[in-house]
Amino acid sequence: MRIALAATCIADAMFPQAPRAVVTLLERLGHEVVFPPAQACCGQMHVNTGYLADAVPVVRNHVRTFAPVADGEWDAVVVPSGSCTGSIRHQQRMVLERAGLDQEARAATAVAERTYELSELLVDVLGVTDVGAWFPHRVTYHPTCHSLRMLGVGDKPERLLRAVDGLELVPLEQAEGCCGFGGTFSLKNADTSAAMLQDKVGHVVGTGAEVLTAGDWSCLMHIGGGLSRGGTGVRPMHLAEILVSTREAPVVPGERQEVAR
Amino acid sequence: MSTFLGMPAARGGSAPDAAAPDTLAGVGRPDDPLHWGASFPDAARTALANQQLRRNLGNATSTIRAKRARVVGEVPDWEELRDAGSALKADVLARLPELLEQLERNVTARGGVVHWARDAAEANRIVADLVRAKGTDEVVKVKSMATQEIGLNEALAEDGIAAVETDLAELIVQLADDMPSHILVPAIHRNRTEIRDIFLERMGDAPPDLTDVPRELAMAARAHLRRKFLSAKVAISGANFAVADTGTLAVVESEGNGRMCLTLPETLITVMGIEKLVPTFDDLEVFLQLLPRSSTGERMNPYTSMWTGVTPGDGPQEFHLVLLDNGRTTVLADEAGRSALHCIRCSACLNVCPVYERVGGHAYGSVYPGPIGAILTPQLTGEKSDLPYASTLCGACYEVCPVKIDIPSILVELRAREVELGGAAPDTSDRVWQAAMKAASFAMADGDRFRRAARVPRVLRAISRHGVIRRLPFPGSLWTRSRDLPEPPRQTFHDWWERRARQARQEDER
Ligand code: SF4
Repeated sequence: MRIALAATCIADAMFPQAPRAVVTLLERLGHEVVFPPAQACCGQMHVNTGYLADAVPVVRNHVRTFAPVADGEWDAVVVPSGSCTGSIRHQQRMVLERAGLDQEARAATAVAERTYELSELLVDVLGVTDVGAWFPHRVTYHPTCHSLRMLGVGDKPERLLRAVDGLELVPLEQAEGCCGFGGTFSLKNADTSAAMLQDKVGHVVGTGAEVLTAGDWSCLMHIGGGLSRGGTGVRPMHLAEILVSTREAPVVPGERQEVAR
Repeated sequence: MSTFLGMPAARGGSAPDAAAPDTLAGVGRPDDPLHWGASFPDAARTALANQQLRRNLGNATSTIRAKRARVVGEVPDWEELRDAGSALKADVLARLPELLEQLERNVTARGGVVHWARDAAEANRIVADLVRAKGTDEVVKVKSMATQEIGLNEALAEDGIAAVETDLAELIVQLADDMPSHILVPAIHRNRTEIRDIFLERMGDAPPDLTDVPRELAMAARAHLRRKFLSAKVAISGANFAVADTGTLAVVESEGNGRMCLTLPETLITVMGIEKLVPTFDDLEVFLQLLPRSSTGERMNPYTSMWTGVTPGDGPQEFHLVLLDNGRTTVLADEAGRSALHCIRCSACLNVCPVYERVGGHAYGSVYPGPIGAILTPQLTGEKSDLPYASTLCGACYEVCPVKIDIPSILVELRAREVELGGAAPDTSDRVWQAAMKAASFAMADGDRFRRAARVPRVLRAISRHGVIRRLPFPGSLWTRSRDLPEPPRQTFHDWWERRARQARQEDER
């Protein structure tokens, strides 16, 4: 398959190891990955903060960049984020329609129909749960709210994790509870966000896991920031970063896979 | 409609006797029940600092959450029921004027009197006049959100009429001069010890040796209320449902106190929001399955009282129905937000809300707290509000709502409205957000511009230690006050990809 990667703005700027892992993983599985360089952001932050007019140019850029998938130039678009996939699927059309851009709204729908969150792409589209990974660590999984409730990815990420050689998956108490990130919520309601984070961090530490994983670097940045502040030693890693790890090229938790300049 | 007697005092916390008398007084009764108190972030901060409150709320909401999940899980056609409930409500809203007139005709034909109230003041005036005409200065009340919303008790008090709340939790709130903090369990923020102290200090006829054992508390309230039921000439209620094609009203409650009010007095006055209609009697079937399981986690509701006009020789011989608008037609006119009027006030969304669970109801500064309050309150008042932002958009509310109100999407719509209102008369914070969002929009609408912007966080590497940044100046401090920020990478993904592509090209050339 020819798969276009939407890296997401936050991972592009802050956590490039996740989209890099997606590239390596999909290539390992025999697929071709394309990265359309005109991409920037899906517009979720603007939409969820209520700045719908300012979201329009951002959304248009996304739709224009990924429009070729609707013409069959690529087979699918993969996004290593549940919330960005959710925004692409459930918000972009609304933003464009409100701006009176009906034709682009239709294009957005066509792109969204071929856009998948990573675990959806692997399990539903590519039909794999065992991606040949090796990761000999104790891991707990936080199902991020948008993956869980907006997309309904269900247990796909856990199925992928269970198939990883050497990985011990430990259940997270109150896993489905929100971590308190909520995008700009973490700033506008910083105290409430911190209270929610505190509880999530407590549950993560309670698992005794070495690694916390999720399908979204935004939530991971939040929980990871709390884990780090608390000096817990638990490492946040994106699902892709675990799935890319093999015996030949193991990924070590906490070791940033920096690329030399 | 619930019998909630407070959580036990926190273990390891204060001793049962330590509830200081000055904490008994509630937040007081505000002028506007839909808008009072500090801003949401500030009120939340105060609430979060109250460890006892957090524990009470955490325990109470997790108990009811589990109970609800269990009984909802038993119903094989739950999703179909939700669809039916949602479709029925959508139909009601689409035909509201016609159905309301049908209801009026049927209530009138069966001996009731229908009154129309545009707003809170009008509704309060109608009720006060009706009560005065009966020559009484004390009425008993069934728990009702509509009368909380319009501040009926305070309005009656100004006319020298004492309204006695008969729902146990509502009575606790009233005695403490407090506001409800939950739409179903209004005293959820109180623990048993506080309730005992409130009874002892303020009920007037509580046994002096009262303890905080739930049964004893209930018995004390029972004796107190029984005297009121037997003497009251007028009762005031809300309504859970009104059936347009029969003129039947329904109240759903757990204690039986509501039924006392609905049957014993000579006159019954019901104040009902105009959206509480269902078209036909059969439609109640859907809602009487959805409501108890969603609200109290019960399979069947204990006391479901229904009445149609006046029945000679049985129950109240005079019945008045006050149909309340108070902002509802404005909500109805808004296509994006109108489904907020589907709400059947089950409170499931409050119980699952991670924000509500931590900050409680008072932080919302409205009689409608939690997720439904965050979408309903600003729509009813039409004022600028910070409530649409009091959510992480986690979607737990939408998942449980028995009438499928897409609360997260409405929150986003209302945020857009806030941005418009803020654009018209911006304060400092509006200006900062506007500027930030404009700049981000510019940077994120183009691949090249974004590629350059994505390199900017790298400057923070200068202040990072051991791979993390612990402290940033404002507004970054809002983040770093309670979380670290990881060190930004040396190379963005855009740059990595380009370099990789270049290397591949070079290899090809070789
Ligand atoms: S919005 Fe839905 S879940 Fe919340 S109280 Fe209303 S009916 Fe219940």
